[in-house]
Amino acid sequence: MFVERILTYPEAIREALEQEMERDNTVIVLGLGVDDPKRILGTTMGLLEKYGPQRIFDTPLAEDGMTGIAIGAALAGLRPVHIHIRMDFLLLAMNQIVNMAAKMCHMYAGALHVPLVIRAIIGKSWGQGAQHSQSIYPLFMNIPGLKIVAPSTPYDAKGCLIEGIRDNNPVIIVEHRMLYYQKGYVPENPYTVPSGKARVFSQGDDVTLVGISQMAIECLRAQQYLKEVGINAEVIDPLSLSPLDIETINASVMKTGNLIIVDNAWITCGAGAEIIARLIEGGRKNINIQRMGFASVPCPTSPPLESEFYPDARKIAITALKMLNPKKKNWEPKTTLPIEEIEFKGPF
Amino acid sequence: MPDEHLAERFYRSIYRIRRVEEEIARIYPTDKIKSPVHLSIGQEYISVGVCEALNPDDVVFGTYRGHAMYLAKGGDLRSMIAELYGKKTGCTRGKGGSMHLICKENGVMGTSAIVGSTIPISVGYAFGQKYKNSDVVTVSFFGDGAVDEGAFHESMNFAALKKLPIIFICENNFYAIHSHHLTRHHSDNICERVRSYGIPAERIVESDIFSIYEFAKSHSENIRKKEIGPVFLECLTYRWREHVGPNEDFDLGYRSRQEANYWIENDSIRKLKGLLTQNVSNLIELAIEKEIEDAFRFAEESPFPDGKEVYEDLFKE
Repeated sequence: MFVERILTYPEAIREALEQEMERDNTVIVLGLGVDDPKRILGTTMGLLEKYGPQRIFDTPLAEDGMTGIAIGAALAGLRPVHIHIRMDFLLLAMNQIVNMAAKMCHMYAGALHVPLVIRAIIGKSWGQGAQHSQSIYPLFMNIPGLKIVAPSTPYDAKGCLIEGIRDNNPVIIVEHRMLYYQKGYVPENPYTVPSGKARVFSQGDDVTLVGISQMAIECLRAQQYLKEVGINAEVIDPLSLSPLDIETINASVMKTGNLIIVDNAWITCGAGAEIIARLIEGGRKNINIQRMGFASVPCPTSPPLESEFYPDARKIAITALKMLNPKKKNWEPKTTLPIEEIEFKGPF
Repeated sequence: MPDEHLAERFYRSIYRIRRVEEEIARIYPTDKIKSPVHLSIGQEYISVGVCEALNPDDVVFGTYRGHAMYLAKGGDLRSMIAELYGKKTGCTRGKGGSMHLICKENGVMGTSAIVGSTIPISVGYAFGQKYKNSDVVTVSFFGDGAVDEGAFHESMNFAALKKLPIIFICENNFYAIHSHHLTRHHSDNICERVRSYGIPAERIVESDIFSIYEFAKSHSENIRKKEIGPVFLECLTYRWREHVGPNEDFDLGYRSRQEANYWIENDSIRKLKGLLTQNVSNLIELAIEKEIEDAFRFAEESPFPDGKEVYEDLFKE
């Protein structure tokens, strides 16, 4: 009997790092705490022992300088993976990411290129608050010269990281902390997931739910809830935020005519705005659209404030029903699925 | 007694840079040059002293005031002038201009318009050389303004921590645009601060190209013998022209011509010329004038890039 190989999200990342370090000795791993006892939530476990402190090392608390150093190492022919346990810390490295890494290939007309992976983990819950939970990928989506992916499954976490390491350009990999509970099928052999292609997680004719990063999982939960009221939702994970795969979303919206984009970030000037603008410019008319995400306030810490702040499956399902059937009021999904129970198992 | 052969090499390189920049300044009012220019006139001897001591495959990183470093390390003159003109034949085909010169084949890595931004990148490049056990020496050029930046200190710390094979050259021309360094620094102690990171640091107060050359020569040889980590040289110097643009700026009142006169009187070009016979310097000058004329003609006659080329080179395949 065939038994699927199931790994958790961090196990998938660890496996990608190990396989790429094994394959190519120019791959190095650096960042705060990459070799400490916790090993970045387990994602760098065992690598120091196997590859030594030349290839995987802790850094000074110097995000801007260390990003520049990673860029310089990349120019010298290495393939650095720079890890940040909180995405918020990238704000300390904006000069090197935006002015240097993103610009160099174009500004020097292809004479230089920067094969750099930046892994950035988004925090949530347990009072992470204003400075430990930010999803600042929309800032980077505004910058040409960067590739940005936000895998939501263990399969994509491994494939996107291997793809990123082999890419000759700067790639930011957005990892949501809550996704670290995800389990799923992960092939043992190395494989790549090309950027620029969205994933259709479930087919449906009634409404298109586009969920970014961990919100893809919330959309899958919402899709289950909506079955109670006879709504078949199509769930899409854009996966690649830069470049965006508009064609896949457009094809779905042509079918359903209803679109809800659930972002794991502030709505204003975000991925939802970009997706909707491109659909409309591309000729989509007479569609219902709704953006969900964060209101324009910082993230709080107390549970009631936090549950108001974040979209979740319940809110998504209610929003979808309201869009499709405005007369049906006061509906609440009967079932509630704990987040760990939703695992996307394919197909890939 | 200075080496006559060295003096000739220095003179050729400095005279060439000076005359190129004077020509840029002369042409600038015609608006044919489509790029802000930060002239190094008066400071050229530092780039020349360092680069003459390096091997062709050694690598330099620098700043928007980078014409001297680019030319001293072997950057192509035609490509540079064409780049300033915004032409397709420029070193970045019209995408970088004067502030982003590059000539990778001769070890000139891209220059940058953000103060201090190439310092960590040069340190990372040196990290890569050490990782690969390569003999390449990395040199990082920057000004006294960069010392204010956090990235400078982050870079010094890491270079010392990992004992990286890099030479830091700080051109202290006293001013970051119009701000004197003593309005930005607690005291005149850049070397002292660098030493506190564990990096040997020296200061050269005169426009003495031979001392600069000796420093770069001995330390690059040490680096190749894998004997030392980073070293730091602060060169006091002076920018004769305005921060950006072709003119003088003594009328602005933030500095005096009197202050400049000391440096102008100690101009390296005149000092070096005094070490050569009239015949030798004449031959050098004649050849360079022809080369400059050719480079500007090349830039003038080169085509502009097609507008659609803006979409090229965003990513490397």
